Amino acid sequence: MKRILTLSFVALLILTAGHAISAQQQFGGAQLAVPEIPFDSVPNFLKLPDKMYLGEVPGVATNSKGHVFVYTRTGTMTATLGGSRVFTHDGSRLFEFDEKGAYVREIGVGIYGFLFAHVVRIDPQDNIWVVDEAANLVMKFDPNGRILMTIGRKPESINVRNYEPPAPPAGARAGGAPAGEGRGAGAGGAAGAGRGGPPPAPPVVGAGVEGESFNRPTDVGWDAQGNIFVSDGYGNSRVVKYDKNGVFLKMAGHRGAGPLEFNTPHGLAMDAQGNVYIADRGNNRVQVLDNELNFKTQYLNVGTPWTVCVSPGPHQYLFSSNSNAIGNFDNGEIYKMELDGKIVGRFGEGGKQMKQFGSVHEIDCRDPNGILVGELTNWRVQKLMLKAPTSSTQ
Amino acid sequence: MRRFQVCLAVVVLLTALPLYAQSKAKVQNVPEIPFDSVANALKLPDNLYLGEGIGVATNSKGHVYVYTRSGATRLFEFDQTGAFVKEIGQGLYGFLFAHAVRVDKDDNIWAVDEGSNMVIKFDPTGKVLMLIGRRPEAVEGLEAGPPAGTPPPNAQPYALGRPTDIGWDAQGNIFISDGYTNSRVVKYDKFGKFIKSVGTRGAAPGQMNTPHGLQVDAKGNVYVADRGNARIQVFDDNLVLRAIYDHVGNPWTLCITPGPHQYLYSSNSYPDSNPAAARDITGEVYKMELDGTVVGKFGKAGKQLKEFSTIHGLDCRNENELWVSEITAWRVQKIILHPQQATKPTSTSAAR
Repeated sequence: MKRILTLSFVALLILTAGHAISAQQQFGGAQLAVPEIPFDSVPNFLKLPDKMYLGEVPGVATNSKGHVFVYTRTGTMTATLGGSRVFTHDGSRLFEFDEKGAYVREIGVGIYGFLFAHVVRIDPQDNIWVVDEAANLVMKFDPNGRILMTIGRKPESINVRNYEPPAPPAGARAGGAPAGEGRGAGAGGAAGAGRGGPPPAPPVVGAGVEGESFNRPTDVGWDAQGNIFVSDGYGNSRVVKYDKNGVFLKMAGHRGAGPLEFNTPHGLAMDAQGNVYIADRGNNRVQVLDNELNFKTQYLNVGTPWTVCVSPGPHQYLFSSNSNAIGNFDNGEIYKMELDGKIVGRFGEGGKQMKQFGSVHEIDCRDPNGILVGELTNWRVQKLMLKAPTSSTQ
Repeated sequence: MRRFQVCLAVVVLLTALPLYAQSKAKVQNVPEIPFDSVANALKLPDNLYLGEGIGVATNSKGHVYVYTRSGATRLFEFDQTGAFVKEIGQGLYGFLFAHAVRVDKDDNIWAVDEGSNMVIKFDPTGKVLMLIGRRPEAVEGLEAGPPAGTPPPNAQPYALGRPTDIGWDAQGNIFISDGYTNSRVVKYDKFGKFIKSVGTRGAAPGQMNTPHGLQVDAKGNVYVADRGNARIQVFDDNLVLRAIYDHVGNPWTLCITPGPHQYLYSSNSYPDSNPAAARDITGEVYKMELDGTVVGKFGKAGKQLKEFSTIHGLDCRNENELWVSEITAWRVQKIILHPQQATKPTSTSAAR
């Protein structure tokens, strides 16, 4: 009836494949000398009412009063069958909490553009800006939660895509996106085998079209004049500049690894001089552009930047998260830097416990010593109180 | 009882994967354990409905948790009298297609969802404490499934492929049967950090064909309902294979009683397509010693009380008071066993 096996069975560990898929850098170039910044995580900072749950938290931001806005992938994106076209709505929600973490309200209930949250940012006038990756929309709400402006347009419907075999191991892909966080628009179609004449110019992948045709946009920021900068994104690989009224001004970038080229520009932040800091995630660097979208410099020593934040005030700091890829808990630390790229210190690591991070997706650094992080895979916001670095070994 | 194993027509499950034949148990001359089913054990408020009864579990106070494929997948809590207490996780991002709910020794509630590929740990009040796995993104809309015959992708440490069940050892290490797409058991530490996994798809010892249920005994041994292979595989705490029990049909789900003398229950469930040919040879639940020795059995396929239509969840915190959830009957039954009457026929009158 039963068979007892004395066979000692070797466990089949399918471990290493997880690392192979991720192009996450194991360490940045100059990390050995980086001081650790001690910090605490405030327990139960956000108090959610009964029957209300956060899902993945790609977006968190504060306004001038310290109110906290959380843009979260929660509930279920609903698809309505319409013949060969499928219409979608819901899938993300925007919550507001006060400075103590008490729940205030929900903004945008049932709105057309909340499908798959990517970030929320608050401008100097406390307007609330939401970037939705699936709706291809940037939405501007006034502080009361009324829609003031939209940039981009939600796709009318979605279709069923053909099956794509799994991608080859990421070691073979130049700067592949971290595993699990969507797919980029591949490396472009092969140039046709022309007969006679010069070979056709290779297509420029990810340059996008002038205007508002986003392809999975990721982040938004503003300069002192109110000009709007959008990182766009997974499909396109560019930065777009609009004036404060949403009129297209210019754009820069396409897919690649050189200057002004991007491989999933995943986060964006502006300093007081109007410089643009891009978390060029697939290229493992922060690219810095000037206000006219010219390349200025790049920082290569902070791992794989998923998101960046620039603190306000006379002495601004740049925070950049080397977030753990979805498939592992390697890395995960956040760097605090001077705007010129000099690293002040680092803190945190990947994991599921308090003071550990599950793929940090947005940082709020309005108070550079009391920052908020939104985590994808841990479905939460942590408020982190930073202390002075333990040692300065630089 | 007939000795030979009857192979049935292939039973096609919801997704046509995996294919296997529900089989008559090889074990013979098993004593019948008399039992009753408590009528209306759970009292649902008006306009609240159970759907497919996928998972059922009790906590230390006797509260009952039901993870059900209702309109949406939902998690309900009832008290020890069966009165409705509350719903947990309304609209939760990880609730897509229920598969199991289990309650750990600290009364945390764990939901296993095979639609979102996630395991969600709630504290006893229903607050999310920890997550394993990640719901697939749908940014670019729907994607057609792989062609038939496409081998499953290599399993990743933190990516679950339609996981099915969960258990814990005394140290709090987490074991997950994973699942329809993957064919393995994964061990994580209590903080959710990957330790190791075992299993690939197949029928050889240590391989699995839809590991559909999992339980862990007090010594940390892991019992896997290897449904498609019609066997229970027993691994030690380090996931080394120690034994195979292949005499109790196709195990859909398991439970292990607490206390000094632990028993293992295993359900040879009547398949969910209700094939006529399987009706007479499936549907029963076996009570076993941990070494696989069958103590007795109870139940049969059917739609009435005291009959089972595709048992998918078993709770045996109390050795003689079992909670049983059924897919196709959209219900949960509370079963009272009378093992002391094992040789006597009993009436079918419902208690309470």
